[in-house]
Amino acid sequence: MSDFVYDLIGLAAGVLFILALKGLSHPRTARRGNLLGALGAGIATVVVFFHGDIKNLGWILGAIAVGTIIGVPAARKVQMTQMPQLVALFNGVGGGAAALVAIVEYQIEGKDAPTAFLIFTVFTVVVGCVSFSGSIVTFLKLQELMTTRPVVFPGGRFVIAATLAAVLGTSVWVVVALGTTPLLVVAGFSLAFGILFVLPVGGADVPIVISLLNAFTGLTVAASGYVLNSTLLIIAGTLVGASGTILTRMMADAMGRSLFGTLFGAFTAKPQDSSSAVENRPVRSGSPDDVAILLNYARRVVIVPGFGLAVAQAQHTVRELADLMISKGIDVAYGIHPVAGRMPGHMNVLLAEANIPYDQLVEMEEVNPTFGQTDVAIVIGANDVVNPAAQTSPGCPIYGMPILEVSHAGNVIFLKRSMRPGFAGIENELLYDPKTMLLFGDAKASLTKVVSALKAL
Amino acid sequence: MELTAIAVISIFTLSIFVGFEVVSKVSSTLHTPLMSGANAIHGVILVGAIIVCSHATTTLELSLSVAAIILATINMIGGFVVTDRMLEMFKGKKEVEK
Repeated sequence: MSDFVYDLIGLAAGVLFILALKGLSHPRTARRGNLLGALGAGIATVVVFFHGDIKNLGWILGAIAVGTIIGVPAARKVQMTQMPQLVALFNGVGGGAAALVAIVEYQIEGKDAPTAFLIFTVFTVVVGCVSFSGSIVTFLKLQELMTTRPVVFPGGRFVIAATLAAVLGTSVWVVVALGTTPLLVVAGFSLAFGILFVLPVGGADVPIVISLLNAFTGLTVAASGYVLNSTLLIIAGTLVGASGTILTRMMADAMGRSLFGTLFGAFTAKPQDSSSAVENRPVRSGSPDDVAILLNYARRVVIVPGFGLAVAQAQHTVRELADLMISKGIDVAYGIHPVAGRMPGHMNVLLAEANIPYDQLVEMEEVNPTFGQTDVAIVIGANDVVNPAAQTSPGCPIYGMPILEVSHAGNVIFLKRSMRPGFAGIENELLYDPKTMLLFGDAKASLTKVVSALKAL
Repeated sequence: MELTAIAVISIFTLSIFVGFEVVSKVSSTLHTPLMSGANAIHGVILVGAIIVCSHATTTLELSLSVAAIILATINMIGGFVVTDRMLEMFKGKKEVEK
């Protein structure tokens, strides 16, 4: 195949990627958009075998087979609740792949390469490694294999600054002195920096970091496109880098977070003072019957689903309760916080899985003004998204995040497993409010009891 | 064909604007699938991994590039499959509406 035809097909794949991102931005076209992206990636992968001299064909096909055998079942079998960390992991391995590509290309071509080639190679290695190790840390946080609270240690910011300086210093060393050893040293420092960069990020900010690392990986792919002289990689990588940056900003806005604060939290984070003083205060806990009676005499009920609901697999039971209330003439709506779950839009995916009618899902801006006329708000497995501390206590990690103002409702019912704070690790004052009733236990079991109690009334 | 510097800069600049433009009106409902889809698109680094592997001569080069192909394939194929699964559920929602 001639270079011209090859590049033309590469351009077609690039156009497909643009159409994919465009499609993914609208609910009706989203699925087709994703398929167009897959088509573009498929075409690009196939034509590369018909261009130039391909050695090691057996190794290449074998490696693709291995990657497919690992990736497809992981993507097929993952619980929808665990999907954010899988996306983080996929992003990380992409960054790792780009870094490896740059290292190998440097081995092959780097001996007498021009400076621009070296700079882009180093850039790919640095950002690819940061994206790889940073994504692994976000994965560990989301999977709760490590603490979800910000990890801050004394002198942490100096360690991070020193690591960053080491990354930059050794990068210059590669460009000036050449050699594989300096490049591997850069890779090592970059991996360390990725870890240190993500450790101080609190649980609530993790989605923003995943999105940012996604944009990083995009830019790495663009830089490797320059190194490999591939227009397609430059286009695809830049598209993801640019759209990922915008997406990161939009996510930060939806969560009321300052992007700057999240990014440079690593440099400014201070150890938090624990709020253990308030933990032993009394709370009002109720029985399923108490909850059923409250619901039976309500005219309007808003259900606030959180990640705990999904973990307990209680979506179907919640729907049963909602249907029962509707049959009793009660006005029922679901109040959906933009970041309910682990990522923006995650809760919509989870509730859609349970076939909950779309028109009952009300977004935060629309549902908030109605809490004044709401008799009962049922908060199921959510905490941070209804925590008034986001509005009242400057300095707390979620301060400034818009919340569902359930405290304006006549009564608030919390379904919780325990008094443990939410993902962001912050105490919720609302739990101690006199109009709040707590129903402890597994969300699904509690809801089942409430449903049968309500049926009996 | 070597790309000239101005060609690279032009492609880069225009792609940035297109990237900004295409996602500028997305609703928060679609943030997660969009991130996941974009994530799958950068799996196209697989093409780069295949190119370097096809030029690899030493054992080191070969083993690193084989690792790169495996990682890139996971990124690309896994990414598109998981995005499709998420979006499948949005489709289910419309059927309920009817």
